[in-house]
Amino acid sequence: MALPEVKQTATDARLAALTLPTGGCLEDARRAALSRVQTLGLPGRRDEYWKYTRPDTLTQVEAPKAAIFDTDEAPMFDEFDRLKVVFVDGVFAPEESDDLSLEGVTIERISDICDKDIHWAKDLYGVLEARGQSPVARPLAALNTAFAQDGLAIHVTGKPSKPINMIYRHSDEGSDAILHHVIRVDAGAEATILENGPAASRFNKCMEIDIADTGKLHLVRAQGRDHERRAATHLFARLGTESVFKSFTLTVNGVLTRNEAVIELLGDDAIAHIAGACVGDGEFHHDDTVFITHDAVNCESRQVFKKVLRNGATGVFQGKILVKEGAQKTDGYQISQSLLLDDDSQFLAKPELEIYADDVICSHGSTTGAIDEEALFYLRSRGVPAEEATDLLTLAFLAEAVEEVEDEAIASAIVDRLEGWLARRR
Amino acid sequence: MLEIKNLHVKLEDEDKQILKGLDLTVEAGKVHAIMGPNGSGKSTLSYVLSGREGYEVTDGSATLAGEDLLELEPEERAALGVFLAFQYPVEIPGVGNMTFLRTAVNAQRKARGEEELSAADFLKVVRAKAKTLKIDADMLKRPVNVGFSGGEKKRNEILQMAMLEPKMCILDETDSGLDVDAMKLVAEGVNALRDEGRGFLVITHYQRLLDHIKPDVVHIMANGRIVKTGGPELALEVENNGYADILAEVA
Repeated sequence: MALPEVKQTATDARLAALTLPTGGCLEDARRAALSRVQTLGLPGRRDEYWKYTRPDTLTQVEAPKAAIFDTDEAPMFDEFDRLKVVFVDGVFAPEESDDLSLEGVTIERISDICDKDIHWAKDLYGVLEARGQSPVARPLAALNTAFAQDGLAIHVTGKPSKPINMIYRHSDEGSDAILHHVIRVDAGAEATILENGPAASRFNKCMEIDIADTGKLHLVRAQGRDHERRAATHLFARLGTESVFKSFTLTVNGVLTRNEAVIELLGDDAIAHIAGACVGDGEFHHDDTVFITHDAVNCESRQVFKKVLRNGATGVFQGKILVKEGAQKTDGYQISQSLLLDDDSQFLAKPELEIYADDVICSHGSTTGAIDEEALFYLRSRGVPAEEATDLLTLAFLAEAVEEVEDEAIASAIVDRLEGWLARRR
Repeated sequence: MLEIKNLHVKLEDEDKQILKGLDLTVEAGKVHAIMGPNGSGKSTLSYVLSGREGYEVTDGSATLAGEDLLELEPEERAALGVFLAFQYPVEIPGVGNMTFLRTAVNAQRKARGEEELSAADFLKVVRAKAKTLKIDADMLKRPVNVGFSGGEKKRNEILQMAMLEPKMCILDETDSGLDVDAMKLVAEGVNALRDEGRGFLVITHYQRLLDHIKPDVVHIMANGRIVKTGGPELALEVENNGYADILAEVA
């Protein structure tokens, strides 16, 4: 079917400005992805899946300029012992990174594996992204697969002694970065991946994660604080039997963020928790779009998303749990909540359940509201000043999402950031 | 200590007068009880004194040790020494009871220009006080009042009072929802705080709380005013004969 003319024109213009990397073992995957983009067309304003978020600045040819955020504060995760992998405006920076060798994991650049004929990444690169195009199209992810400039292939074979931290620096006000990571976690292996930084003025990131039976992966990311940055990220994960995937995202600032997560529970007894906390002030638009498919018995999924919005900020949540036929004993939970600190901000939520099995527990809830006046008065009557009491209640609101982070030290670092954000806005 | 003169209060959103010329003086070191039928304005009085929104003072004054309370924010009144033990303590999910207590204690110290308590000092004090109120470590760790029984909530109020050491304690129907044992425990907590420098205003429906917290003065409140004042025997009279006789007598 031909694309609508507006969409065709926009897609053609964007594709004309990009060059498909050629050669090597990923070329076929890139070409297939390009043809997906051509078929689907880039997201447009009339697309149902983009009803609440305007995609135009994410799809236009030039990345809108974004000033570099200036702060004296130490970058997130700086206090932790981790293996650092630095990207500047979307390009791997070996001189700023640690040596990539670490026991229990193999880390390679995707550009380095291209000249190998046989590589595990070939069976993952673009594969989960392609699966994730149905039933809802995700053209920006296909665009990413086709044109990604850089990225990592991370193979977790054991239990590395420290987290792997991808640090995304932003140094050029007009940078447009496309990064694609593939991560494979072997049976019994376990790792923690940290990500932080704005990466670029416009960032398109795709991560494909394949977790074998009994494998575990923890992902914690802090999206960069540059006020004018834009990001569209996709997380595709496939979970085997008794595997565990836990993801948490902290978003502080950023004019536009769309985080999609597409999770498939394919092995029995698998667990997936996807959580996020975001705080936005003023020109801030944050969209969490989640699609979790239960396709095995006795799996558990949790979605916990909390947003604090003020001064006209917008929060969006589109979350779906699909329970396929035969996925009995599914335990699916989804909560999305926003705390609006004034009358100018808004929260748009579209929670969905689609269930084809009869022995399941699935619940979803979505709320939006202001600070609880009763609780505020109670705190003030005990001598806590109004601003401090509001901060305390705001942090309490976010706590349920932050509690999804298992590592207490990391969770407390996240709380510190949120406290800092609140303190700066008094 | 607390001086209320000709206090007139109406609801902010409604044309409804609740307090209609209330006069009351509570001296330091004394326990005053206010009894009265439903709707007489007892709880409104406690809220107006602690600074809750939704009320409009149309006339009169309320001062604590000479300071005008009615112009102050709730937290400023607290720092001056006003404490309200809520009839229905508020649940605050996500805020640990201990964090809440420490934040409150230190906020008041800061407002008074005193040094904040260190975490270690605070812990020592709170543990000792919690023990006498039979509040265990688990209750201190849990979110404020969340999942607490009625008795636990009221004991938690008294713990806050003990930690904050206010000058003027207002207890709004602290006996509601308590069994006899819990009431004794709460009363013991209150009695332990009785002190020459501290005034108490105990609002209650029933005389039985006053068996445990012995008042110096008992006031009967009706239709937004104090209509009769006497000694502890007045509470017994209410217990035996109800309010009807007294109200008929003053009408």
